[in-house]
Amino acid sequence: MYQAIVFLPLLGAILAGLISIYGAHARNPSGDEVEHHHDDHAHASVAHDDHVHDDHGHDDHHVSEPAAAGSRAAELITTGLLFVSAALSWVALVDVGFLHHSARVPLFPWINSGDLQVAWALRIDALTAVMLVVVNTVSSLVHLYSIGYMDEDPYRPRFFAYLSLFTFAMLMLVTADNLVQMFFGWEGVGLASYLLIGFWYQKPSANAAAIKAFVVNRVGDFGFLLGIFSIFMLVGSVDFETIFGAAPGLTGKTINFFGWHADALTLTCILLFMGAMGKSAQFLLHTWLPDAMEGPTPVSALIHAATMVTAGVFMVARLSPLFELAPNAQAVVMFFGATTAFFAATIGLVQNDIKRIVAYSTCSQLGYMFVAMGAGAYSVGMFHLFTHAFFKALLFLGSGSVIYAMHHEQDIRNMGGLWRKIPFTFFVMCVGTLALTGFPFFAGYFSKDAIIESAYAAHNPFATYAYILTVVAALLTSFYSWRLIFKTFFGEPHDIEHYEAAHESPLWMLIPIGVLAAGSILSGFPFKEVFAGHGVEEFFGSSIKMHPHIIEEMHHIPGWLAHLPTVMMLIGLYVAYLFYIRRPYLPDELAAQQPMLYQFLLNKWYFDELYELIFVRPAKWIGYQLWKKGDGYIIDGFGPDGVSARVLDVTRNVVKIQTGYLYHYAFAMLIGVAGLITWFMFGYGGR
Amino acid sequence: MITWPILSVVTFLPVIGALVIYLNRGEDEAARRNSRWIALWTTLVTFAISLILVWRFDPSSADFQFVEKTSWLATGITYHMGVDGISLPFVILTTALMPFCIIASWRSVTSRVREYMMAFLLLETLLVGTFSALDLVLFYLFFEGGLIPMFLIIGIWGGPRRVYASFKFFLYTLLGSVLMLLAIMALYWNAGTTDIPTLMHTAVPRGLQTWAWLAFFASFAVKMPMWPVHTWLPDAHVEAPTAGSVVLAAILLKLGGYGFLRFSLPMFPLASHDFAPLIFSLSVIAIIYTSLVALMQDDIKKLIAYSSVAHMGFVTMGIFAGTMQGVAGGVFQMVSHGIVSGALFLCVGIVYDRMHTREIAAYGGLVNRMPLYALVFMVFTMANVGLPGTSGFVGEFMTLLGTYKVSLPTAVIATLGVILSAAYALWLYRKVVFGALTKPSLASIKDLTFRECLTLFPLVALTILFGVYPKPVLDMSAASVQQLVNNYNTAVTAVKAAALLQ
Repeated sequence: MYQAIVFLPLLGAILAGLISIYGAHARNPSGDEVEHHHDDHAHASVAHDDHVHDDHGHDDHHVSEPAAAGSRAAELITTGLLFVSAALSWVALVDVGFLHHSARVPLFPWINSGDLQVAWALRIDALTAVMLVVVNTVSSLVHLYSIGYMDEDPYRPRFFAYLSLFTFAMLMLVTADNLVQMFFGWEGVGLASYLLIGFWYQKPSANAAAIKAFVVNRVGDFGFLLGIFSIFMLVGSVDFETIFGAAPGLTGKTINFFGWHADALTLTCILLFMGAMGKSAQFLLHTWLPDAMEGPTPVSALIHAATMVTAGVFMVARLSPLFELAPNAQAVVMFFGATTAFFAATIGLVQNDIKRIVAYSTCSQLGYMFVAMGAGAYSVGMFHLFTHAFFKALLFLGSGSVIYAMHHEQDIRNMGGLWRKIPFTFFVMCVGTLALTGFPFFAGYFSKDAIIESAYAAHNPFATYAYILTVVAALLTSFYSWRLIFKTFFGEPHDIEHYEAAHESPLWMLIPIGVLAAGSILSGFPFKEVFAGHGVEEFFGSSIKMHPHIIEEMHHIPGWLAHLPTVMMLIGLYVAYLFYIRRPYLPDELAAQQPMLYQFLLNKWYFDELYELIFVRPAKWIGYQLWKKGDGYIIDGFGPDGVSARVLDVTRNVVKIQTGYLYHYAFAMLIGVAGLITWFMFGYGGR
Repeated sequence: MITWPILSVVTFLPVIGALVIYLNRGEDEAARRNSRWIALWTTLVTFAISLILVWRFDPSSADFQFVEKTSWLATGITYHMGVDGISLPFVILTTALMPFCIIASWRSVTSRVREYMMAFLLLETLLVGTFSALDLVLFYLFFEGGLIPMFLIIGIWGGPRRVYASFKFFLYTLLGSVLMLLAIMALYWNAGTTDIPTLMHTAVPRGLQTWAWLAFFASFAVKMPMWPVHTWLPDAHVEAPTAGSVVLAAILLKLGGYGFLRFSLPMFPLASHDFAPLIFSLSVIAIIYTSLVALMQDDIKKLIAYSSVAHMGFVTMGIFAGTMQGVAGGVFQMVSHGIVSGALFLCVGIVYDRMHTREIAAYGGLVNRMPLYALVFMVFTMANVGLPGTSGFVGEFMTLLGTYKVSLPTAVIATLGVILSAAYALWLYRKVVFGALTKPSLASIKDLTFRECLTLFPLVALTILFGVYPKPVLDMSAASVQQLVNNYNTAVTAVKAAALLQ
């Protein structure tokens, strides 16, 4: 069964890929002759110019080409296989989580060399089962949704192949039994993300965003790799079982890291967390996520909201036996989590692109999850991951529905009054927003409040910092979420033409968002006990190692504090109402009063500019200098070119013995050098 | 056991093919076609016979197998051939890639086809001979002999600056070779034999170790190529014809790494240990330096050439780490790089044949008309980046893992290479393949032909196969690598213990 869950999406990806390649090849003939006499006419290129759109804020383009052959077959195959996989995942959740049948399915060896033994294997425990459900459920719904959303795109088989490939890589990540296999999935989802962000490869902005996502993630992977090396050096193995068994014995050991005698476990955990920061777009490595919105909206929902970006959270939970032994590393995790939660929320306040608002919200919510991880309340973080997957996927797919209705308009300043036109989308977006902001009895209410409580109860140098920032971020979350709803669905329409043409999306799209809306309500309360209550120990068993008292202490925080997040949420809602319904002139006045702050937030704290200045440009400058000055001037200048030039100089003066051939002189020089070396070597050798 | 001299057959069969081509005179189209077909069949048969080696090879033994030994020149110099787990992968790599080189030159080479094919067949003999020679003099002959056909291939069938490039190539490599010859003479003086297996078990005085190590190093570092003697490589690649680049990147660069494994580490373990920090520094500089330089290239072949230097940095680093994973990773990385970089140069050759330019700026949006090409190029780009699931990852990962234990700073800085490699490789892909197809000159470009698919698809399959199941290669070399590492560590610890006692 587990093999089926993991490999059915791969099968779908391969089949859809073959259909895609077959179709593409049929349309583009083979041949190694280029018709050069046609160069001047360039008639064929004109046909391609018409789909070069790059106007910002439009996430789709209209292509006049006919759909690829077999599009419908590719859609149905991948979607069907994903639904089978999803159904089996729920079976697995019941089987593993509630009936406690953990399993380990060995597949075949991978890298064996000396004491390094890495094998392909599937590890299914409660933590994995939760992820299987999240990944496959959201993925199957997104597949279904995409059938409707992508209906105008001529390259659908390729799109579905990528989606299924992504799902496979993600499943390999969550079922990994060792760090290297996890890294395989880790980079695999990175590849799929790269391909999907750059799906519309004719858009330069999409290509740039794709590369940025991959490279920034690689910065995180740099840390992940070093973490793996450290673990292997300390333990001599990369298998989770062996590592966790040996972990208690590692306390007190040190690693000499560039002269700094670092605590081995702390260093290792921080290095691994660096990987998590990249994948989960945490503060400092977050810059790729908003740009990733260049990809089609279903991709944003699946990869950049519900699944891939939570891989970092999953990784920390998976390695909880290590992090529990490294309190300093936990402090780092909590610091970055809390900072991200607050920082991303502030940027979300002023953005105008509907997808970017949701993207910053994702970034912020991931910060919340890491706060729980830092507090040692791993199951609570997983709870938020679980609920967030539903409501954030819902918000993205809902936004997609809005964008679809508005003919690929993404700027909320051009929307307004849409609730009359697309009532169903309006309704589910409200459900998603209520869940996100933590309105009582919606999913987010249970998971987010539990995180804030865990921050309060944590024994961590950054606990108070995290508590304050997450509470403030709750207010900001509520404000920007309602701002989005109010500006999109209420008020006067700003773009009459698009407004008049707006229409509800096809059923392919409405069913998935309906299901997710139900999930945004139902994933909360029924799962409260097993994720954040007394059922944690029984449900998760040994798959995560919780801080021993954290759940207990969470339940004993003062009553008024427990209600603080809800109060914050209501304040945010009221302010948003005031700003965008009652007195719509207020935001502009505020922006005019505080231009510095407004620009600072609008430009995302200037991180892109900063990185451009301190990393990208210097790297290019150094590269250029090394090439021209290093290779060209110094090495070649004093090496081969210099030698031949000097020889020529000499020959110009000593014309009589010249033969004119450069290599004669070089050869003479070599003999000289060789003679010198001979003298040294035989001096030793003969002794 | 096999009763016929299989290694000699594999080695010298291509020469016989070259002779047949030579006898088949004529300059008309029929003669050209004949020489192409003869060359192809020769390389295919050679490859098939070399597969018998794999089949009959006993991977559990670290000893040399298929050994042939007859007296040859003076006392102590014999015709001695044999392969172990370290050399066999390279022999197979050579015989396997040669048919691809012939097919890749099928239509792009139109002048002096006979000579071209003969040069390639001769080159194959010399390369296989280098990997299977077990006598220093024999090794030297093959090793240096390989220079000549390569020199001719670049100098005759190369691009506009081919003369400059081929002389640069020749000067650099010759400098190292001369020094190596001297070291070989010194070793002969010391042990009274040039038999490699005997020399591997002969203690060499420490002073001689140092000098001989340096002399061998001069030769292998140029071949590798290591920073700062790498500048011949970009020029040689740029000017060489496609198949020449493939052989150069895939096989000739491996001679250096193979030399380190065959000579430096086993014969001069103490010197290797002393000089390891030097190698680590040069490797790390190579990885970072050339990756940064690669970022700024405007010529596709130059970019890939610089990235080759960076990838070879991982190899030298792993080999001199002297750990099981480091050395085995080095061997694997060389095999993997042979496949991947060879394939990348084939990919460049495909667009070069159509457009006759290697300028990155001349391309863009190829995916619109060449979807198959885009797919294949993507696979190799990802392998170049070291994505897990491709063979590129396994080698990089193992060398880094093996080095981390020995020299943490080296491994940490080298790991930065994974960020830079992603940057330059994806940038190249974006500029060449992605984007809209707007350039009029590209408007009528066509996708891969059947012949081109024939050269690329097997390499795609191997790249992915070795990425998820590298066991065939790792197992083949495991026993020999284990023995090499054990001997190296024994020698080093013995000296350390002696130093402590004093």
